[in-house]
Amino acid sequence: MIEIRFHGRGGQGAVTAANILAEAAFSEGKYVQAFPFFGVERRGAPVTAFTRIDEKPIRIKTQIYEPDVVVVLDPSLLESVDVTAGLKEDGIVVVNTEKSKEEVLASLKKKPKKLALVDATSIALEVLGLPITNTSILGAVAKATGVVKIDSVEGAIKETFSGELGEKNAKAARKAFEDTVVYEI
Amino acid sequence: MVKKVVSGNYAAAYAAKHARVEVVAAYPITPQTSIIEKIAEFIANGESDIQYVPVESEHSAMAACIGASATGARAFTATSAQGLALMHEMLHWASGARLPIVMVDVNRAMAPPWSVWDDQTDSLAQRDTGWMQFYAENNQEVYDGVLMAFKVAEHKDVQLPAMIIESAFILSHTYAIVDMPPQEEIDEFLPPRKPLYTLTDFDNPIAVGALATPADYYEFRYKIAKAMEKAKEVIKEVGKEFGERFGRDYSQMIELYKTEDADIVFMGMGSLMGTVKEAVDVLRREGYKVGAAKVRWFRPFPSEELYELAKNVQGIAVLDRNFSFGQEGILFNEAKGVLYNTDAKPIMKDYIVGIGGRDFTVEDVKKIANDMLKIVESGKLDEEVDWFHLKR
Repeated sequence: MIEIRFHGRGGQGAVTAANILAEAAFSEGKYVQAFPFFGVERRGAPVTAFTRIDEKPIRIKTQIYEPDVVVVLDPSLLESVDVTAGLKEDGIVVVNTEKSKEEVLASLKKKPKKLALVDATSIALEVLGLPITNTSILGAVAKATGVVKIDSVEGAIKETFSGELGEKNAKAARKAFEDTVVYEI
Repeated sequence: MVKKVVSGNYAAAYAAKHARVEVVAAYPITPQTSIIEKIAEFIANGESDIQYVPVESEHSAMAACIGASATGARAFTATSAQGLALMHEMLHWASGARLPIVMVDVNRAMAPPWSVWDDQTDSLAQRDTGWMQFYAENNQEVYDGVLMAFKVAEHKDVQLPAMIIESAFILSHTYAIVDMPPQEEIDEFLPPRKPLYTLTDFDNPIAVGALATPADYYEFRYKIAKAMEKAKEVIKEVGKEFGERFGRDYSQMIELYKTEDADIVFMGMGSLMGTVKEAVDVLRREGYKVGAAKVRWFRPFPSEELYELAKNVQGIAVLDRNFSFGQEGILFNEAKGVLYNTDAKPIMKDYIVGIGGRDFTVEDVKKIANDMLKIVESGKLDEEVDWFHLKR
């Protein structure tokens, strides 16, 4: 089972990102589960969401405490939230940032095995005209983890948002997939 | 079969649509859930011709369902916590009039203090209203439960309302795969309702909500008691038929998991039992002889199945995500009562877990297994009720 934890801020679409990732893995024949941290979040407040992906039915109903992958949608969270809490030894961290590898590593409490960086905000602004990074960050997740194919991510995005909105968001994910730089730490 | 990744709430809404519900009456504001929003969306998109009656309170929602059901319509609603509490009076009216209404309750902790998280006390407080109660472990069971509930509730020997209960957030807001059979197959399983009596059958007029003097009231209650007893048979038949048609068997009111050779069994209801099954597998790999018993139907209570289980195990750890102040966990209380006049005497301990949404994990189940083993080996019960998560 692969367990993924998303960190975002209310309104950025972390919960939708978790759902779309599940939808993408489901389209590849996997068993999936996606859920928000069971809170009462408000716009701008730190938000957590989770996705589980497995080859067999998923029965467990608890939150994720030891994620394989951590995804950070908002770079400012690195200063205020311990995003690597419980991260597995061979864990992967995906961050939306314009900062360098060294700067990001310095702000992580735990060193991941792999670090993937992408400036998803700039991509979202360019492609969507809005700083909503939930779809572009999924392109980075596909590249960094290989847990789903980018084609499946694009498919799941178009499934979630119809028409032009779906096309644009899928394009943002594809661009992020291409731009993401993955470092072995 | 169509498989969709949907939340527990959407699973409930799809099930209501696929059950060809005719009337939905609901109070659309907090603590209402996305079940009703999704149904409204079906109607707005032209996917469903359900008559949706938005009302001013949950009390009125149930009253409108009662009116609709009394005319012979298939009626559905959904609510949660304080909303269910406000409905309480009308729940009695529904069962007393023998109306097969189906409702989904999203299990949420009662205020104060305010909470929106999982807790079974809201639905268990409706224990004595004459409603059947089914606790779902996952989104699939929410969907299947609604379809089966209509068939059981509308059975001519039952004619009682039913509540399908799902955990707040843990199911209601969690996306998971739900397998939905083709509409034609659902229609075969669940044909249109055939009411025995209706308010609109003017050739055979009836009175609903009349006065019963002490000479008659007693017999009315007895008939409900008998119908509830009969519902056990119907639930098993319908659960078996559901399995034959759709591949998921519900012929047991208590689902047993690896209990055959188990010394200790964890017994509970709802979503936490998924985690318990996972923990049973982990513990089995470590050599523990443990199993799980998931009580699907709490009303009617599966006493016979509990007895069959209890006579072969040494200990039962009851996991109560609820509490009756002044006594103990409600499932524990019921289960002990069932076994009192039998020869089955396993040691039983009540673990109060997960109340108000406190996360209940595989590690927690392991701790309980070790505690229970110590008790069974020594034959000494340290305390009946354990407030398991308490910050000490």
